[in-house]
Amino acid sequence: MNNILEVNNLKKFFPTQNRVFNGFGKKPPSHLLHAVDNVSFSLASGESLGLVGESGCGKSTLVRLITRLIDPTEGEIWFAGENIARIPAQKAARHGMRSQIQLVFQDPHDSLNPRFTAFDSIAEPLKRLGNISQSDRLQNRVEELADRVGLSQTLLTRFPHQISGGQKARVGIARAIALNPKLLILDEPTSALDVSVQAIILRLLADLRETLGMSYLFVSHDLNVVRLLCDRVVVMYLGKIVEMGNTNALFRQPLHPYTKALIAAIPHPNSRHSAVNLKGEPRSPIDPDPHVCRFYGRCFKEAKQCHQTMPLLQSKESDRFVACHFPEI
Amino acid sequence: MKEMQPKTTQETLLAVDRLSVEFATRRGTVRALENVSFDLKAGEIVGIVGESGSGKSVLAFATMGILDRAGKITSGRILFDNIDLLQIKRSQLRQKRGKELSMIFQNPRAALNPIRKIGRQIEDVLQAHANLPPKQRRERVLELLSLVRISDPSRRYNAYPYELSGGMCQRVTIALALACSPRLAIADEPTTGLDVTTQAAVMDLIVDLAAQTHMATLLITHDLELAAQYCDRLVVMHAGHIVETAKTSDLFQHPRHPYTAKLIAATPDPEKDLAHLIPIPGNLPDLRGELPFCRFRDRCDRASSQCDTVPLERKLVGNNHQVACHNHF
Repeated sequence: MNNILEVNNLKKFFPTQNRVFNGFGKKPPSHLLHAVDNVSFSLASGESLGLVGESGCGKSTLVRLITRLIDPTEGEIWFAGENIARIPAQKAARHGMRSQIQLVFQDPHDSLNPRFTAFDSIAEPLKRLGNISQSDRLQNRVEELADRVGLSQTLLTRFPHQISGGQKARVGIARAIALNPKLLILDEPTSALDVSVQAIILRLLADLRETLGMSYLFVSHDLNVVRLLCDRVVVMYLGKIVEMGNTNALFRQPLHPYTKALIAAIPHPNSRHSAVNLKGEPRSPIDPDPHVCRFYGRCFKEAKQCHQTMPLLQSKESDRFVACHFPEI
Repeated sequence: MKEMQPKTTQETLLAVDRLSVEFATRRGTVRALENVSFDLKAGEIVGIVGESGSGKSVLAFATMGILDRAGKITSGRILFDNIDLLQIKRSQLRQKRGKELSMIFQNPRAALNPIRKIGRQIEDVLQAHANLPPKQRRERVLELLSLVRISDPSRRYNAYPYELSGGMCQRVTIALALACSPRLAIADEPTTGLDVTTQAAVMDLIVDLAAQTHMATLLITHDLELAAQYCDRLVVMHAGHIVETAKTSDLFQHPRHPYTAKLIAATPDPEKDLAHLIPIPGNLPDLRGELPFCRFRDRCDRASSQCDTVPLERKLVGNNHQVACHNHF
């Protein structure tokens, strides 16, 4: 299969320092926060991949690495035949890949410049990276994009505070698809919207993927939404991928105890109590013990082995991977 | 899993009767609530659902007597244990608030004092409302912390909010709200911003504690699925009106109001695919100025001339099932 994105052994460690004063001349011991720890996955051309996990699991760091806003500690990111991990983040903004990987942000209000009209916001990437400078061509292209996302052209002269949340979400999407990217990264695109509007935006996104042939990396914690829009799902926990597989199969039969808990946490009418049985709090991501499973301490299956060797991501069926000593099969 | 039957008695604890609230703004008066009536029995869990801007939080704030100064209650009664909360003195209301009726807020970090130890903050509530010597107060706080399933209470007593995760902070605010064993707790979007697994744990906790202490709970949420899982009865709000109220299962199986039906159709759930996710057309109406008798009129496909000319009355259409619509299903 033709992969548009391939991430190999990607790592991002953030240094944190112990702020306790420990004498002059001594360097404080430095610690490393393992935000993304040895993550590998691929995304086929035209595919929609969901990325789920709780806050602090490294989803956003992974997105920032792939969009090349920050530099990885180690690892490769192959995009369209080029290892873009090598491009320093400072130069990435001027590199050709920038127009090919675009991002739709979580909060449609906060991510729009309050002093830009809807037109300005959509035109900005075209001016910066699209080499369109003639005003009539720019006008045409922006109007075409507005049509494409279902934004009335009369709204193009409005400022963000003058339009509704759903309309702002449309502006954010129009701006992201302006340069015909190959990969669109959607970071919780509907979490700030009401259900009535969410349904419209989800349908629009599904439609755009088909007509424009883009690949999606869809970051979300709403599993009901992921299920609707994604072909495959990657589940992360504390910087590591714990499970990966076809969406339907993964929802029907989760293999990792964490995935199982995530799915059990989806509210369900007719059941008075959730079936989640996680205990405690997540382990610290700072200098984690490389031999202990990251899920140790919260898992209902844990055994001695989990404290002695880190489970590796292993193939269980075709296209199904799980990192657990005691998967559900 | 424990089977939890709500211990509902027939005694009405809270009765909101034809409550109307207006907000004076520079650009006209916003009629945020109009003739809102519902009641809540002891031990019952009732969900108030609707899109943002439908008046859910205004209703909660009015009940607690903590409306913004711009908000005015223009008519109606709020009977709590047969005492009209709108008629009693502020000092009397203050005595009840925190003791007999309390509130769990949306953003736990904002609800807690950032520079005061969490144990102290819970003690403050006990100091104000419970006649306990200091030593017993501390013991009660430790008891409450373990009640909300915070491990190692005596250590966590001395923690500041920033040292705790979002889920833990929400547990603290729950402990705070339940410190004096109130008879009514209003939970205003208690799990927004929390992870799905944490959301499930927090909701399980609220429901368990409510059952244990026979406390009535008003759950305010935009998440229909969440409300469906945990509530005995649902109240659906749209643009400051209550459009439908029924037992949860009745509401889901036979929604009678067009808005409720549309809201259910727009909510993603595990059984729906994208084609069955139907957006709700239009937006909430502007609540300033002249409004039609039915505020859903412009978004409704069952609207008729009656909707403009005949005032709406809530009709009983089934067992405890009320709907405010001329052309209901």
